[in-house]
Amino acid sequence: MNAPERNIVTLKPASEPRGVGARLPFVDGVEKVTGTARYTADLPADGALFGKILRSPYAHAELLEVDTREALALPGVRAVITGDECDMPYGVIPIAQNEFPLARDRVRYIGDPIVAVAAVDEATADAALALVRLRVRELPAYFNAAAARKLDAVLLHDNKPGNIERAVHNEFGDTAAGFAAADLVREDNYECAEVHHAMMEPNAALAAWDAERGHLTLWSVTQVPYYVHLTLARCLKMEAAHIRVIKPFIGGGFGHRTESLNFEVICGLLARAARGTVRLLQSREETFLAHRGRPESHIRMKLGMTRDGRLTACEAEVVQRGGAYGGYGLVTILYSGALLNGLYDIPAVKYDGYRVYSNTPACGAMRGHGTVNIRFAFESLLDSMGAELGLDAIEVRRRNLLVAPTDTINGLKVLSYGLPDCLDWVEAASGWQARKGKLGRIGHIGRGLGMACSHFVSGSAKPVHWSGEPHAVIILKLDFDASVTILTGASDIGQGSSTIITQVVAEVLGIDYSRIRLVANDSAITPKDNGSYSSRVTFMVGNAAADAAANLRRLLVKAAAKRLDVREHEVDWLGEAAAVLGDPERQISFADAVEEALVATGTLTVKGTFTCPPEFQGGKQRGGAVGSTMGFSYAAQAVEVSVDLELGKVTVEKVWAAVDCGFAINPMSVEGQVQGAVWMGMGQALSEETVYENGHHMAANMLDYRVPTIVESPDIEVHIVESIDPNGPFGAKEASEGPLSGFMSALAAAVEDATGQRFRTLPITPVRVFEALNKKPRAAKSPVASAQGAA
Amino acid sequence: MKSILRLSVNGKPREDAVADNALLIDYLRDTLRLTGTKQGCDGGECGACTVLVDGQPRLSCCTLAHSVAGRDIETIEGLSHTGNLSRLQRAFHEHLGSQCGFCTPGMIMAAEALLRRNPHPDLPQIKAALAGNLCRCTGYVKIIESVEAASRTEELAA
Repeated sequence: MNAPERNIVTLKPASEPRGVGARLPFVDGVEKVTGTARYTADLPADGALFGKILRSPYAHAELLEVDTREALALPGVRAVITGDECDMPYGVIPIAQNEFPLARDRVRYIGDPIVAVAAVDEATADAALALVRLRVRELPAYFNAAAARKLDAVLLHDNKPGNIERAVHNEFGDTAAGFAAADLVREDNYECAEVHHAMMEPNAALAAWDAERGHLTLWSVTQVPYYVHLTLARCLKMEAAHIRVIKPFIGGGFGHRTESLNFEVICGLLARAARGTVRLLQSREETFLAHRGRPESHIRMKLGMTRDGRLTACEAEVVQRGGAYGGYGLVTILYSGALLNGLYDIPAVKYDGYRVYSNTPACGAMRGHGTVNIRFAFESLLDSMGAELGLDAIEVRRRNLLVAPTDTINGLKVLSYGLPDCLDWVEAASGWQARKGKLGRIGHIGRGLGMACSHFVSGSAKPVHWSGEPHAVIILKLDFDASVTILTGASDIGQGSSTIITQVVAEVLGIDYSRIRLVANDSAITPKDNGSYSSRVTFMVGNAAADAAANLRRLLVKAAAKRLDVREHEVDWLGEAAAVLGDPERQISFADAVEEALVATGTLTVKGTFTCPPEFQGGKQRGGAVGSTMGFSYAAQAVEVSVDLELGKVTVEKVWAAVDCGFAINPMSVEGQVQGAVWMGMGQALSEETVYENGHHMAANMLDYRVPTIVESPDIEVHIVESIDPNGPFGAKEASEGPLSGFMSALAAAVEDATGQRFRTLPITPVRVFEALNKKPRAAKSPVASAQGAA
Repeated sequence: MKSILRLSVNGKPREDAVADNALLIDYLRDTLRLTGTKQGCDGGECGACTVLVDGQPRLSCCTLAHSVAGRDIETIEGLSHTGNLSRLQRAFHEHLGSQCGFCTPGMIMAAEALLRRNPHPDLPQIKAALAGNLCRCTGYVKIIESVEAASRTEELAA
C-alpha cells in the first residue's frame, strides 16, 4: 500500500468506496444520529429576547390604525414594531415584489403579520401582543380563483386587474393543424388541492444586532441564504457588507424555504429595534401559514393522437390559486406550461395559464415546482386515450419518446434521455405484462396497477437574479496539515449536497474523505451560492467542485513533480501518494506533495466555477428561458394498490420507480431522494390537502394535514438508470424532484385498474372513492354514503 | 412557581429547580441544553420529541417535567455515551435512515424502545412502533431498513 495507514472513524464504510459512485453515508450524518447537529432553534443564545408575531385575524382588510402604545409600555418589552418599520416590499422575483414583512395599510390573509414584539420571555411577549389595538375596515375576501376573478372583485394588489398576477399565453408548433391531423381528440378537466411542504422542522430565526457597529447576523432555516441576505439589506436598508447570514442544520425544505420569508426579515427588524439578540420561533401553525406550497389548480387538458398512438398536439389551460402575494408565483405558472415539453415528442403545444391572487397564504415553490399538477393531468389523459385506442399505458408512452440529442419545440435542450430504459425496468420489475388488468378482486378488495412518467430540470439555466456571475463557485483551502477544506454556499437541507460535493472533490483529488472538511453557508466565510432549489446543486455546484478540485490537483501535481524531480506529465497522481510513471518505487506521500506545494506561497486557496453556456439559457421567444436547463432527469414508476371497495380506502402496496439521474454520484442518496419524492407524491395523491374555511386554515397542524405515516407507506423499489449526461458532473443530473410528479397519475391509473373509476380530482380520499363507487345504485339507499358525503 | 425536580437523565442524577408548569422538552432543551430532542409541532402531532421514560417512549412535549420525578429519562444524547454510536445510530447513519435529521432523534428513541422489548421485530411490529413518528424526507423505506439492520447487529462494547 502506498498510502500510510489511516485511522478512519465513521465517515468511511468498511467496503472502501472511494469518490463518486460510492454509497457513502452522509458526511454530516453522525451529528444527526447523535443529536449534536444544531438546528436554528438549538443554537445557544444566552439572554436572547423572545420574538413573537401578531397575525391578522382578518382575511382582507384595510388597516386604519395599529395602536401599540400599551404594548410598548409593558415591563419586559424591548421592542414593538409595525409596518412602519419597513416600507420596502420584497419578493424573490425582482419584478414581483409586493410583500412587506409586516403589513402596511392592508392585510390580505388570515395570518398576515401586523405587529412583532421582542420581550424578555414568552409570557411577556404574549401579554404585549394582547395589548395591541387594531382598527380596520374589512374588505370582501376571495378564497378561490373563480371568486377573485369576478368582474366586481376588489383588487388585492392595485396593479393587477382581475386579480390576475400573471397570465401566460403561448403556442409552439401549430396546434390547430395537430388536432386536425389527429384520429382521436379528447379533453378533460383535472382538479388538484393545495398542498404544503410540511418539512419536519418548524420555521425559526435568530438575529443578533451588533449595536456598536450597526451590523446584523442572522441564522435561519433557509434554503437560500443569499436571497435572505439580499432581502435583509433591502428591507433593513443596510449595506449588504454589514450583514452576515448563516444557515445551520435545517430540517428539510422542499421549496418552503426557497425564498425569503416574513419571519426572517421580522427577526432582523426586531433585533435592530431592540438593539440586541432576538430568537423568533414559529409554531407549526405559523409555519403552515407561511405556506409557499403547491397551489390549488384547475387544469383543462386536451390532447390529439393518431390511431397508432402518436401525439399530434397538446392544449392546456391552468388556473392556479396563488394566494395573497407574488412569491415565486409567476415562475410556477410559467413552468407549468414550459415543462409540458421535454418529456415526450409533441409537435405542437398551446398553453394558457392564469395565476390568481386570493386571500389565502401565498403559494410558491414546492418539490417538482410547477410541473406536478399538470403532469397528473397529462399522464392521466394519455392513459385514457391510449386505452381508447387499445394501447397499453407503457406502449403509448414508448410511441412518443424523444430521441436525444434534440431541441424541444420551445427551445429546451435534451442531451441525455434514459426514459426508455426506465420504462423497460418498470415494466419488468412490476410484472406489468402479466399483471396489469389481471390482479382481480379478493372479496371486497380490488387490486390494480398503474404507471406514469415524469421529468424535471437540473437547475434553471437562467438564474432568478441575473448578475453575470458564474452559476456556482466552490473554494478549496489546502493547508499545512494536509487537509482540504471545502467552502461552499450550497445549502444542505437534508438532501445530502455536502456529501455529494465531498465525493466529487475526493474523486478528483483521489484522496481520502477523512482529509476533507466542508464548511457551508456562512456569508462571512463561504462563497455566494444561489441556494438549494430547482435541483441545481448536484449539477451546478458539483461541476464547480470538480473544477476547483482539478485546479488544486494541478498545483499538487506540479509540486509533486518538483519534489520527485521529474516533469509534470511524468507524475502518476495516486491521490494519497504521487509516484513517477513507470517507476512506482519513487514516490512521495500526499503530505509531502502538500508540503512542497506550500513552499514560498503558504496556505493555498483555489476556486472552481460553473457557468451554464448561453445556448442552454433558452430560446429567443418570450418566456424562452423558462424551463431551460442543462439536463432533465427522467423517471418512470409503477404503483400497485389495493382498494377496499366497501370503505373506499386506497392502500399503496408497492412502488417501482426508475430514475435516469445521469450518473449516481451516491447511489444510496439517489435511492433516498427517489423514495422521498415518490412518497411525497403519494401524500398529495391520497390524503394531503390544505383546507380554508372563510380564510381560516383548518389543517394547520400535522394531524389534520394528513402526511402519510409509516403505517400506510409502501415499499418503494428504486432502479437507477445512468444515461451519463454530457454536461453533468461525471454525467450526473438531478434525482429528487422528477420522480414525484409521476405518482399521482400512476396511482389514479392503479385505482382505475382496481375499481373501474378514473379519478381526476386530488387527493383521492376514501370519501371520494366511496362516493364514486356508490354513486348510482347505492347512493340513495346507503345511510353511510350520505353521512360520508356530508363530511 | 418552581419546585425541586429530582430525576435521572442519561444515567446521571439531577436536582434542579424547575417551574411547575414546565414541559419535559423545555427542561431538557433549555435547562440541560440537551437540544437533540426536537420540537416539530405544536404538541403531540409528530413524535420528534420522543424520549424514553423508564425505557418507554414518551412525547416530551406533552409531558410535564415534574410528572416524571424520580424516573429515568433517556435522550438521544445518552445513546452513544460509551463513545460508540449505538447500533441504531450506526444503522440510521450507514443506511441513510436520516436525511435532514430532524425527526431522527425521536425516531431512534422510539426504535430503541422497540428493540429493547422486541430484539427482532417484523415489519408490522416496526411500523406499529414508529407509527407516531413522522418523517418527511425518506418515505420511511430506509428508516425501516435501518431498524432491521440494527436488529441484526449487537451493541459495541464500551
